[in-house]
Amino acid sequence: MNTSLATRLSRLAQYGFLGLLFGFIATPMLVIVVFSFDANRFPTIPWGGFSLEWHRAILDDAMIRDAFLNSVLVGLGTAMLSTLLGFAAAYIDFRYRFRLKLPFVLLVAVPPAVPATILGMAMLAFLSRIGLFGRLETVMACHVAIATSFAMAIIRLRLNDLSRDLEPAAWNLGASPAAALIHVVLPFCKPALVASFFLSAAVSFDEFLIAWFVGGVHETLPVRILNLLQGQVNPKINAIGTVVLVISVALVLIAQRFTGVRAGRRPKPEGE
Amino acid sequence: MKTPFIALDQLDKRYPDHHAVKSINLDIDAGEFIAIMGPSGCGKSTTLRLIAGLDEPTGGEIRIGGDSMRGVPAFQRNTPMVWQSLALFPFLTVAENVAFPLRMQKVGAAERRKRSLEWLDRLGLASMAERNIAQLSGGQRQRVAIARALVTEPSVLLLDEPLSALDAHLRVRMQTELSRLHRELGITFVYVTHAQSEAFALADRIVIMSEGHIQQVGRPQDVYRAPANAFVAEFMGMNNLVRGEVRSTRDGVLDIAGALGDFRVPSATPRPQGSKGDFVIAADRIALKPEADGEGLSGTVLGLEFVGSTQTVFVEIEGGAEFRVQKQQHEIEALNLVPGRKVKLSWNPEHAWLLPQAA
Repeated sequence: MNTSLATRLSRLAQYGFLGLLFGFIATPMLVIVVFSFDANRFPTIPWGGFSLEWHRAILDDAMIRDAFLNSVLVGLGTAMLSTLLGFAAAYIDFRYRFRLKLPFVLLVAVPPAVPATILGMAMLAFLSRIGLFGRLETVMACHVAIATSFAMAIIRLRLNDLSRDLEPAAWNLGASPAAALIHVVLPFCKPALVASFFLSAAVSFDEFLIAWFVGGVHETLPVRILNLLQGQVNPKINAIGTVVLVISVALVLIAQRFTGVRAGRRPKPEGE
Repeated sequence: MKTPFIALDQLDKRYPDHHAVKSINLDIDAGEFIAIMGPSGCGKSTTLRLIAGLDEPTGGEIRIGGDSMRGVPAFQRNTPMVWQSLALFPFLTVAENVAFPLRMQKVGAAERRKRSLEWLDRLGLASMAERNIAQLSGGQRQRVAIARALVTEPSVLLLDEPLSALDAHLRVRMQTELSRLHRELGITFVYVTHAQSEAFALADRIVIMSEGHIQQVGRPQDVYRAPANAFVAEFMGMNNLVRGEVRSTRDGVLDIAGALGDFRVPSATPRPQGSKGDFVIAADRIALKPEADGEGLSGTVLGLEFVGSTQTVFVEIEGGAEFRVQKQQHEIEALNLVPGRKVKLSWNPEHAWLLPQAA
């Protein structure tokens, strides 16, 4: 059967629009990546030839190395704590009924909805009053507050698929409540736990504003980039940008891989 | 006196919104196959969950092997259950599912593997050990659930509507399998179902529940032929209830008068004149004759329904009641029973069963 001209045109327009959209989003990032390997000191056309000079330069810069290390530490800590707390919150929502459940879930879910500036300022004011301002752990604590709500959302989605009978069945077969949690609930949630670990790491790794507000002298990588930009245009920025981009995309892709693992595959029962 | 293996003593369960089990008493002997039946919401599944310790009773007590289960958590009872939903662990293989209870008992890996494979073999699943649950058919999953429940060699197996998800021919095969297992293991089976055919085919004794009360406990044929009350008679399906009042008693026979006419019903004990004389007559005990022919209740055929090799004939009696009569196919043809046809119903008075008076 011939598709009509109108259908084909419409399809073409759809693909065209999609292509433009992706181009619009991806081009700036692509430009950064391309020019980070440019031998020229300033990003100009024509390209000055391939060079690893700027990548080498960021390795030699102690402040960038420190900032990178800080980001990794904060990211890992955030990932672990957020996943743990997110699981705890999701499990409480799954297992128990109590009167203040809605406020409880909202409390965990709400931080990302608060504008980061306000959150950053509020945390700055609060943390400096209790004398915790300007520490790496402080940055981590703030990131945990944000990332936990993502972790809870992912793990809750998975727990929704957990049959209500599965945990009681484990008790019935001799598992104490703790053993049932370890041997039944956790294995069932594993894909979601891995996904929320990497997503939390990505959230922390990318976060600038709060880290800038509460970090003090401890710079994370995004904070270092801004400070570099404020000085002068520095070709190292493109190289850092490339590294950050690669790490963030990798983290999100890994997270996707684990959240999406059920989407395509469906169990096919066989005949007896 | 022999102590029962499982004793329910004034067992009561009240939820915030309804009273599921109302002070029931029941003794279950060791090695017995007992079926708890009733319409949905009658409290049968709650009773099973209470025995397993998955719910806390709000009154009364459960004793297993003479020991009170009060305060004993589910995981220390060794009362494994086969769930209606099967509740298999989707992230474990077939063999790992069966080995799960052994793992909880801290049995070593090699021993675990050996015993779970033995049980899989016993249920004809030896070749499936390494499969995922998702790769099994309904009947195979059913057997994994049974193997998993039996692998610790418990002295009681609880089954909660285990066959309701299977199609008809698989259900019959699984019934045979369960029957064989019960015979071989000699342990107590407590089987909750709403399907009469399963309960009758399998159980030594049947418990009929309704609205949280036990209505009757007895052997299948007793529950069927001698229902304790109108609820059980109606629940058994193939009984016709006739309401009436006692007119007189003589030589073990009551004369009963009701809206449909006068009847004679055997009774071991006399009853005072004017007391209730409701009785039932089983659908397969009723004779049908063409209208012109002889005595009995006059009625009109309403319709017919196939039940295997027999058919159920629905007859509307003059006076308003509806009777069910069970007949073989050839009898139906011989009488040319089509809807609208007038018939006479009669039965041997000895086959009528007088409902006991409510206590």
